[in-house]
Amino acid sequence: MYGLAMVKGLMVTLKNLTRKPFTIQYPEERAKQHPRFRGEEFVWYEERCTGCASCAKYCPLGIIKIETSPSGSMIPQGEKYRLEVFDIELQRCMFCGLCVEACPYDALFMGSGFEQGQYSRKNMVITIDQLRNAEKHPSTWFRPQLEGYEGGTDSFRRTPTIAQGESRFSYDPRGGPPLGWREVGRESWRWHQSEKAGMRLEQDEAVPDTGSDEPPQSGRGSDAAAD
Amino acid sequence: MSCQLASDSILYANGIYRLVYEIVGVVLPCWVAYAIAGLVFAFILVNAVLLGAAVITWGERRVLGRFQNRVGPNRWGPFGLFQPVADLVKLLTKEDLRPEGSDRVVFSLVPVLMVAPLILMTAVVPFARNTALASLNVGVLFILAVSSITSVAIFMAGWSSNNRYAMFGAARAVAVLISYEIPVVLSLLGVVMVAASMSLGTIVEAQALPFFLVQPLAFLVFMAGMSAELNRSPFDVAEAESEIIAGYHTEYSGVRFALIQAAEFGGVGVVAAIAATLFLGGWSGPWSEYLGWLWFLIKTGIIVFLFIWFRATYPRLRIDQIMAFSWKFLLPLAMVNLVVVTLEVFLLRGDDGVLTHTDLAIMAAINLAVTVIAIAVFGNLIKDRVTFRTRQPQQVVVPGVSTIEVS
Repeated sequence: MYGLAMVKGLMVTLKNLTRKPFTIQYPEERAKQHPRFRGEEFVWYEERCTGCASCAKYCPLGIIKIETSPSGSMIPQGEKYRLEVFDIELQRCMFCGLCVEACPYDALFMGSGFEQGQYSRKNMVITIDQLRNAEKHPSTWFRPQLEGYEGGTDSFRRTPTIAQGESRFSYDPRGGPPLGWREVGRESWRWHQSEKAGMRLEQDEAVPDTGSDEPPQSGRGSDAAAD
Repeated sequence: MSCQLASDSILYANGIYRLVYEIVGVVLPCWVAYAIAGLVFAFILVNAVLLGAAVITWGERRVLGRFQNRVGPNRWGPFGLFQPVADLVKLLTKEDLRPEGSDRVVFSLVPVLMVAPLILMTAVVPFARNTALASLNVGVLFILAVSSITSVAIFMAGWSSNNRYAMFGAARAVAVLISYEIPVVLSLLGVVMVAASMSLGTIVEAQALPFFLVQPLAFLVFMAGMSAELNRSPFDVAEAESEIIAGYHTEYSGVRFALIQAAEFGGVGVVAAIAATLFLGGWSGPWSEYLGWLWFLIKTGIIVFLFIWFRATYPRLRIDQIMAFSWKFLLPLAMVNLVVVTLEVFLLRGDDGVLTHTDLAIMAAINLAVTVIAIAVFGNLIKDRVTFRTRQPQQVVVPGVSTIEVS
């Protein structure tokens, strides 16, 4: 009958009136963020970085500026450079993540934060000090070792137990504690183990983890001992 | 010096007015007391309309938000209740622009002309027993006459803005307003006939059974017609944002825009109050001596919610569909209602010319059946008969060229 469809329409909207709003009141509450979410930040671990500037070379926009000087440390492995300048011009960055992909030592991670609003363009260039001092909440993007992370230095499960019905993403980059360079693990190390290409050192020369927070004296990083 | 209001004055029934008049009249001359009492009540009415508009802007945005699974404004004050204040401050601090080549006087006059009829209309609405400023014995006629000023104001806005979109909006608005005036008037005639009075106070007292039950058809026609007269969705072609920017108030900004918006949302409130008075029984309810204002507010709120509900549900109609809806659907329905109610009143009325409660119940039963039948019949008559045509590719023969196929 004519008009019934109009009543039906009214009922549809009335049903929606009784529903809970979808809105998430952002500053107070946050949407659940996927751990692989690429934020507008970078997480950099100076202890792992050798100053090879792969990230700067791979950056398609050329917005990473690295200046290094000889540090005199880690001579047997080839020198680790001391970084003097590490500027990322965030205002031009498109967050493609090629710098993170290029990093051979897993020193650079995509961050999970996104609140990088600034009042001046000058402040959009993040400097080495900001990278050092920032709270480190790395995204799991291109860093699959983080996906099995449960917290603590030794709690990496290298094979996430998806089959047991657990959440693959137990790692919560936003809500969890900031991670130190030991805790984030090193996926490319395992990759190099199978490939044996591009590595200068044999595996048996790995130095055991001393448990200290000192920068590694070995180029592989102490977490390699966990392998 | 003591002043007494003549008992045959239209202001006599208004207790508040009489109280102020007599108290002021003790110390001041009677004509001053008359003016002061009038100003006091006018102050109440102006604030009722404008504050009501503010509350309705907030309420509409909140409820519409919930209809769309959003939250709506909730940042300032409890439940975002101070949002209208923020809106007003923002609009008042905006630059007051006037387009080049516009008619300065007419352009500036429009916001006032939009608000004034609303305040005038509230003058005859009884908020509780004996609280209408003037219980006119031609109240319904007064409302209809005054509400027509809005169409003039809208046309003035469109004309003086020197803007094509404003003119389009004004032309559409006037077309809609004129078309919908007729069904609304005819639907109100039925109400007047049953109540045997045009005074809103008498109509409220006549509603032993609320008139939306006695005359569902008239109520439907009135609501649809008033939706159109308020330029509200689904009849909001006059200010269709996606087509003609904002219609007749495209060029308005700052405090003038604030007044036009206040008129729009205040219009919803005033029309809801009138509809509540005419169809839902106004202030009548349990303990109406003391709680009449509460029943009135609740009923007005229900009507406002209905308007918001319609807005949340129906998409905007085309102008030709709106015209067809008015002339081919609402007008016949209003006429059917008028004829049926006339017959019923003629047949059921007792010797003293009064309709009893039983008479109203009988009328309600008959009219419900009439409503269903009339909607079905006229709905089927105006229903678009959709015919499907498939387009055949045409063979275009151009001399000297091989055949081209044009679809």
